[in-house]
Amino acid sequence: MLEISNLHVKLEEEDKQILKGVDLSVGAGQVHAIMGPNGSGKSTLSYVLSGRDGYEVTEGGATLEGQDLLDMEPEERAAAGLFLAFQYPVEIPGVGNMTFLRTALNGQRRARGEEEVNAAEFLKLVRARAKELQISDEMLKRPVNVGFSGGEKKRNEILQMAVLEPKMCVMDETDSGLDVDAMKLVADGVNALRSEGRSFLVITHYQRLLDHIKPDVVHIMADGRIVKTGGPELALEVEKNGYADILEEVA
Amino acid sequence: MALAQPKIDLADALLARHATPAAGAKWAETARRSAAERLRAMGGPVRRDEYWKYTDPSSLTADVAPPAALMERDGTSIFSQVDRLTIVFVDGVIDLAQSDALALEGMTIEPLSDALGADIHWAQSVYGALETRGQDPVPRPLAALNTAVAGQGLAIHVTGKVEKPVSLVYLHNDVASDAVIHHVIRLDAGAEMTLLENGPAAARFNKCMEVDVADGARFHHVRAQGRDHERRAVTHMFARLGEESSFKSFTLTVNGVLTRNEAIIEFTGDNAHATVAGACAGDGTFHHDDTVFITHDAVNCESRQVYKKVLRNGATGAFQGKILVKAGAQKTDGYQISQGLLLDEESQFLAKPELEIYADDVACSHGSTVGAVDEDMLFYLTSRGVPRHAAQDMLVLAFLDEAIQEVEDEVLANAIRNRLGGWLERRSNSGL
Ligand SMILES: Nc1ncnc2c1ncn2[C@@H]1O[C@H](COP(=O)(O)OP(=O)(O)OP(=O)(O)O)[C@@H](O)[C@H]1O
Ligand SMILES: [Mg+2]
Repeated sequence: MLEISNLHVKLEEEDKQILKGVDLSVGAGQVHAIMGPNGSGKSTLSYVLSGRDGYEVTEGGATLEGQDLLDMEPEERAAAGLFLAFQYPVEIPGVGNMTFLRTALNGQRRARGEEEVNAAEFLKLVRARAKELQISDEMLKRPVNVGFSGGEKKRNEILQMAVLEPKMCVMDETDSGLDVDAMKLVADGVNALRSEGRSFLVITHYQRLLDHIKPDVVHIMADGRIVKTGGPELALEVEKNGYADILEEVA
Repeated sequence: MALAQPKIDLADALLARHATPAAGAKWAETARRSAAERLRAMGGPVRRDEYWKYTDPSSLTADVAPPAALMERDGTSIFSQVDRLTIVFVDGVIDLAQSDALALEGMTIEPLSDALGADIHWAQSVYGALETRGQDPVPRPLAALNTAVAGQGLAIHVTGKVEKPVSLVYLHNDVASDAVIHHVIRLDAGAEMTLLENGPAAARFNKCMEVDVADGARFHHVRAQGRDHERRAVTHMFARLGEESSFKSFTLTVNGVLTRNEAIIEFTGDNAHATVAGACAGDGTFHHDDTVFITHDAVNCESRQVYKKVLRNGATGAFQGKILVKAGAQKTDGYQISQGLLLDEESQFLAKPELEIYADDVACSHGSTVGAVDEDMLFYLTSRGVPRHAAQDMLVLAFLDEAIQEVEDEVLANAIRNRLGGWLERRSNSGL
């Protein structure tokens, strides 16, 4: 599904190398987790994959189902099936949640040559998904993320994911800021989306999310590289001992 | 200080240029003559005047109106969904055949020439009178010119709560038209009306409106200045507000090479409210100037100024807004915000906010910002699959909506939103 090879990325504005050769291969239907110390480049990886400005790829590449991701505009990547649940979802005053989500869904559908969803169908779809995530009608009516609590914003990210039904979901610290119950809701939402044709890349600092969303593979990222890859037990090791042992071992 | 000769010559030229309107009653002729005297005393406007430093008045004062091509019409009118009484002006001349009958419960409406022709008329206390009050401390020569030469316009006397909006539609059919319109409006105590205005009006349009709002009366005004790219306009709105009255005016401007909108509002009674707001979207040679002067001369009055401008392809937006709080105007609450959203580096937004306060117990605030579209927001939207141009349009509409929200009536606010949405769509379709 997602193939990242030898990805080197520096900041556009300054001479700062952030990703220093990332290799990662997520198969269809798989859940991969990325853990790693603060500042190791996890969010940067997610931004580069989704096409945010400000980064320069100096070497390597990334493909989604064989298509060169890095060549596409952000909206083209979305239409191709990539989704990023932001570590810090953006507040957009004046743009209604529903208008935004419908424009996004229909933008993607149009780009793929599919028929647009009409207002009534859309409402039904969103209501059903929102209910599962316990997002109220009142929240749906508000401007995008405006006045949402930290946890509400994260739930709203998952709502968008559930409505847009991407193939490749990148989730950047979706668990941070969630209370125990909300974490369960979000995990249930994610698990409901799991399918053979859909993959997940879950960035997290904590084992707890991975108790709910069982990963197939766990990667440790440090200083712009994947330094270790293993099974779910790797996350448990991090939880118990921190990164020191692992980093020492690979150094 | 003696007036520079070119300014005097310009005043004379401006007065000479316009055909003399049909003679009115004695009081009206006196009003016109004294307006001409005012203009001569203050001189015509030139770029060097402090009050015109952001906007070059020369095409407004040139001998001949620069021609303005007629844009293709799609036949829709911004307020067509609104149940209203429509009065049509074509190139600045009232067209009764195209208008509804000038009759609506709770008010009288007459062509200006009828009012000025009557020996005894309520308009005597308004025509040129509010304009005169608004000439101090800053001269507004094109308003004085208007009073001196206007033959067209309406005299509206509101005596009750009028249900339907009065909708003035300014059609532009002659590429070279040079129109002058003057409206006088009086709202008696407790009266209410909504005035709508839309249309390109003329190649060059000088409009003056005097609104006298008596105690407890409410005046609601929504204006859409459209569409022809090359049109020019200078408009003045003078208002005097009585006790517990309310005055709310909103203007949408799209297109037009030059628009200068002045609003001059004076609180004379306590506990009154005024809002003036504007949203404009400008492209290319567009130059738009909002000049506002609010005088608080009463206790516990609230004024709001909310101006938002989106500019691209080298468009210019200017804002000069002043709040003057006179001694004794305690408990004044004055608010002013002006913001420019620049979609490229060629466009510019110029702002001069001013506060002048002579009372000690007041709360006044003003802010002015200029910036580009927020990249983080743009990325968030596009990363979800919203095409970039649509994402930008969403952010533009969101930005302007803060001004549109000042329009209380949702039907009217939505009419404004639709018009803007259509404008943005046409722009992106034409590849701009
Ligand atoms: N625009 C930027 N300007 C300057 N430094 C940046 C920028 N973007 C990223 N960095 C730096 O790159 C490094 C990686 O940042 P990134 O946000 O990817 O880390 P992370 O692994 O997601 O960390 P965390 O776990 O704290 O979320 C950090 O040192 C960060 O300061
Ligand atoms: Mg991060």
